[in-house]
Amino acid sequence: MGLQSHLRLNIEPTYFMSTEDNFSDQESQPERSDRRGFIKEASCFIGAVVGAVPMTAGIRVLIDPISRKNSESEKAEFIRLAELTELQDGEPMKFAIVEDKSDKWSRYTDVPVGAVYLLKQDEKVIAYNTVCPHLGCFVDYRKIEKDFFCPCHDSQFSLDGKLTKGVSPRPMDELTVEIRNGVEVWVKFERFKSNTKEKIVI
Amino acid sequence: MHRVKQLYDWLDNRTGVRDHIREVLFENVPGGSRWRYVWGSTLTFALMIQFITGIFLWMGYAPSGQTAWESVYYIDYHMTGGHFLRGLHHWTAQVMTVLLVLHLMQVVIDGAYKAPREVNFWFGVILLKLTLALSLTGYLLPWDQKGFWATKVATDIMGGTPIIGEQLKLLVLGGADYGHHTLTRFFALHAGILPVSVIALTVGHIYLFRRHGITPKKPLKGSDEFFWPEQVLKDAVACLAVLVTVLILHFSFDGAHLDAPADPSTNYPARPDWYFLFLFQFLKYFPGHWEVLGAIVLPGIVMTLIFLMPIIGKSEKGHNFNLKLLFGILVFAGVLTYVAVNQDRNSLTYLNSKRKAYREAELVKEMAQKGIPPGGALALLQGPKLFSQHCASCHSYDGHNGLRNVDEIKFVNFESTELKSPPSQYRVDDVLKQIALEAGITLKELREWNEKRGKTKIELDDQILVPIKRDFSAPDLKGFASREYLTELLHPKRFTSPKFFGNTAHAKKSKMKGFLEDEFDGIDDDEALRKEMNQIIKALSAEAKLPSQTKMDLNDKADIQTGHELFEEIGCVDCHALGDWNADEYSAPDLTGYGSREWLMGIIDNPAHERFYGSKNDRMPAFGKDEKLTRKQMEQIVDWLRGQ
Repeated sequence: MGLQSHLRLNIEPTYFMSTEDNFSDQESQPERSDRRGFIKEASCFIGAVVGAVPMTAGIRVLIDPISRKNSESEKAEFIRLAELTELQDGEPMKFAIVEDKSDKWSRYTDVPVGAVYLLKQDEKVIAYNTVCPHLGCFVDYRKIEKDFFCPCHDSQFSLDGKLTKGVSPRPMDELTVEIRNGVEVWVKFERFKSNTKEKIVI
Repeated sequence: MHRVKQLYDWLDNRTGVRDHIREVLFENVPGGSRWRYVWGSTLTFALMIQFITGIFLWMGYAPSGQTAWESVYYIDYHMTGGHFLRGLHHWTAQVMTVLLVLHLMQVVIDGAYKAPREVNFWFGVILLKLTLALSLTGYLLPWDQKGFWATKVATDIMGGTPIIGEQLKLLVLGGADYGHHTLTRFFALHAGILPVSVIALTVGHIYLFRRHGITPKKPLKGSDEFFWPEQVLKDAVACLAVLVTVLILHFSFDGAHLDAPADPSTNYPARPDWYFLFLFQFLKYFPGHWEVLGAIVLPGIVMTLIFLMPIIGKSEKGHNFNLKLLFGILVFAGVLTYVAVNQDRNSLTYLNSKRKAYREAELVKEMAQKGIPPGGALALLQGPKLFSQHCASCHSYDGHNGLRNVDEIKFVNFESTELKSPPSQYRVDDVLKQIALEAGITLKELREWNEKRGKTKIELDDQILVPIKRDFSAPDLKGFASREYLTELLHPKRFTSPKFFGNTAHAKKSKMKGFLEDEFDGIDDDEALRKEMNQIIKALSAEAKLPSQTKMDLNDKADIQTGHELFEEIGCVDCHALGDWNADEYSAPDLTGYGSREWLMGIIDNPAHERFYGSKNDRMPAFGKDEKLTRKQMEQIVDWLRGQ
């Protein structure tokens, strides 16, 4: 008991918000202590305000990517990628997607933004985004195994896009294909959220 | 509260933080708290603002010749709160300079540099220099015209340092020329080396200050107090005042101005920031190789004297000398600053270049909104700059010279004959009103302008500043060959208006005006006529293949077809070819591909070619044929005109 009260005595006066009583020469006058209380509160308040202004100003800019509506990503349009005659039956071929792109202040024309595999089967053409639905690695096509293989976490997909082995939550992301004028292969290039069961366009 | 206390105890038990806080808060203030002790704290506060805002700005800044201006532009005009953040950083830097001077003044007046505080004074002087170095390096980082040119002058001065000058300059610029490495080096200085040095010295400065304590100003006003809370409140209020000042500056100047991107080929009135203006002015009095005296030797002597103040100030006489020296410097700097500002205010060259630069900045920022090509924002201005240089002596673009210049400031004598229609009575107000009207500004603007030069009351024989509108003799080219453009151009009443061919030889000689009046008189009231004209316009405009009209051209195929047929039917083909071209048979410009890249390149190359105006060409030079412009330059103009 004695030890405890001794400790408390030590703590009480040195707690920094209330220490002045220990040092103030006129602690007993209530008016004076009111004034001191006000001064302390005012100091803390003003200090907080002047510190908060630059900090808030900075954080507002920092969170600009969050506060910004997704106006930068434009609606996906169909892109002409190949002619039917270029494609071999049952053999996926890789095509780069070249688009105009804007990155912050910059505007680029015709830069590679991604790639797709085009696979002709019978008279149908299937297009896959080359990005692994798991965590966004670039999926390889293996000629010998005749499958798609992700070099990062070893997901394997069959030519029809289904997951045959591995950790990917969903099959390869198929893209909409249109055959125009009988021979032109047009693909709507879209990106999808990674590691979700459903295909969500981003 | 109890919880907080517990946590605090826990922390103190393990770190001993309580003692440190006590040491900070319960510093003795001899004679009690006073307002004159706040300067150091305000500077620490300003420094803190700079560190915080600077680090956040850093996250958006990309130092290189093609990205510095662009990233700063993006921060300021596109990021949420970026304009405010940059303004805060900019204006705090300005205010900090003032605070530095106030702090120095207070230290010298109170004799706070005297023994045993000499070392701390030296720390302070070094801090002053470091802060100025921060201002100087920061001024360049946006890589805009004013930063670029000011830094060019500053580094050229440095290059004039005896013996080591050239090497020093190479080292600072990262090479013989200004470029990527100038920026990376300045940025490393501004955001790395200098701030770290400032922190180190500030810690030392405050440590030494604590060691020796405040220099009490005699006579003491009361009994001793602790730093907390009385002095803390005074410091806090002073910091608040600093912040409010910064905010007022930010809002009244609308943030930190960003000039057009740095361009070594454009003339620009190089001026340092205002606090270096006195040094700038000082140099005007040192011709040729004496420059080194004004730029380095004399400022060096003064800095040495300031550095020696604690030693000089040992005696009462020495202290008085220090006081006189400091005030001498301040008055001298003040007078020089005033002279510099006043000279600029009355210099036509300066005013005109300043206005030109301002408009150029506005223009490029507007153009940048659609995105900046990878080569940087300067490329955006190439078209308009070439236009203003080579075409705008005759052609206008949306009423200006391509760079938004519609007028030039001139001194006009009140009784001058330059007024087109002198007012009936020679009363000051009438004349002013007339001048303002002809210059296209309001009377208020005109008055304010001259008031800024100290002309509050204007007398009849005064010279006043007046913007004189430029005259353009050839057609305006904004939106050339677009549907809107043709709709206006082919209106019977507009064809010979000053905006188009009114001031050219074609106004009188060409048959075009008569033709339009014959065929399309009353077009404003006649629906059928208007439709016909519209179809012709669509057909003509489609020849240009303007990028902005691609979709419209595709949608209006039928109208364009009809337009083509009408072109022949109503007799345009009697003079103009369209489609099947045979130069010999036509007297007026061939309109095949009218307004297209190829067509425009052709007419700029040689307007007197039989394909265009032939012998009827009115004054337009053959820019390509006579090698006044390179092909590349012509392409830049054409692409800009076509909005590519």
